[in-house]
Amino acid sequence: MHEMSIALSIVEAVDAKARAEGAASISGIDLVIGKLAGIEPESLKFCFSAAAKGTLAEEALLNVEEPEGIGECGECGKIFPVSFYYAECPDCRSLRIKIVSGEEFLIQSITIEE
Amino acid sequence: MCDTCGCSADGGAVLRKPGESDYHVHVSESGGHGDHHHEPGHDHQHSHHHETKSRTIALEQDVLQKNNFLAERNRGYFEARNIFALNFLSSPGSGKTSLLEKIIPSLQRHIPVAVIEGDQQTTNDADRIHALGVPVIQINTGSGCHLDALMVHTAVRELELQDNSLLCIENVGNLVCPAMFDLGEALKVVIISVTEGDDKPLKYPTMFHEADICILNKIDLLPYVDFDALKCRENALRVNHTLEWFEVSAKTGEGLPVLQEWIENKLKAR
Repeated sequence: MHEMSIALSIVEAVDAKARAEGAASISGIDLVIGKLAGIEPESLKFCFSAAAKGTLAEEALLNVEEPEGIGECGECGKIFPVSFYYAECPDCRSLRIKIVSGEEFLIQSITIEE
Repeated sequence: MCDTCGCSADGGAVLRKPGESDYHVHVSESGGHGDHHHEPGHDHQHSHHHETKSRTIALEQDVLQKNNFLAERNRGYFEARNIFALNFLSSPGSGKTSLLEKIIPSLQRHIPVAVIEGDQQTTNDADRIHALGVPVIQINTGSGCHLDALMVHTAVRELELQDNSLLCIENVGNLVCPAMFDLGEALKVVIISVTEGDDKPLKYPTMFHEADICILNKIDLLPYVDFDALKCRENALRVNHTLEWFEVSAKTGEGLPVLQEWIENKLKAR
């Protein structure tokens, strides 16, 4: 449950960017939170409203894109969806899986009102 | 409630922001926020409707960028001064401090050691380390649930670290949040004890996935508890197959020479 400090980091980053752009407010924030990123989007949204109070992001809507986890087998090279780190290759049963997607945690863009 | 992470606790929860001492939000059950924050220069005259224009700006910025940049700065500082920093992580009570108390005296024969202790309150752990005669500083996170790169950065300025030394950072006891915050350490060391469950690596996979070393502590208690050390190791390696695994008892000293030798070899190999 580190979503509060995460929410504060997001608010700080977008507020600074919006001010630099001369915005009056931020109406939307696009986030990318991979399914393996260790962040609960619902919990983050809950914290966000409190964290954004008194900032340009106060009224902003959070739009969260959640890329699926994708693993690559270190033995046979198969690419397949994974739901967590301890994935098993569906073809060769290897446990040597490299996570190639799903760990993203980005502020993609913001929409500002001028 | 945790002002940093939002963990619930008794009493009125208060939210604060770094660097904004006037920001103060009470979070109540009803969902009402008593906000005492008044931003200087903020325009309250929104009733004059100017024509507004929307514009989308790409950021493509890592959410933890600020922490990560600062962690890299710490890492650069450590590398420049040849300081080997270890971040010790575990749930509360797994024996992080006891382990440090046991291994520091022997390690100190080869290399200067300093310690950063992280806890919500008290200097109890720092007092224990201080008794060993090594430089130590305590970070009290208040209600915070993890150390971050800024806390370590600040602590490092206060500690007189020697070149070519070992820095042990004992994180706040918590198997969830500290996994996400890079401090600038060379390696993350996760500790579990046999009084916990052997499925802990599966229940808290992020931590075990992030760690470089896993130490199973309190193995002297194995005959008295339902803990399958082999199964625990298998679980840990499923989550992270490059994890180094050690089994020790900080109490009896069993297994510690192997761990110490491994650390000493790492120090030599730098």
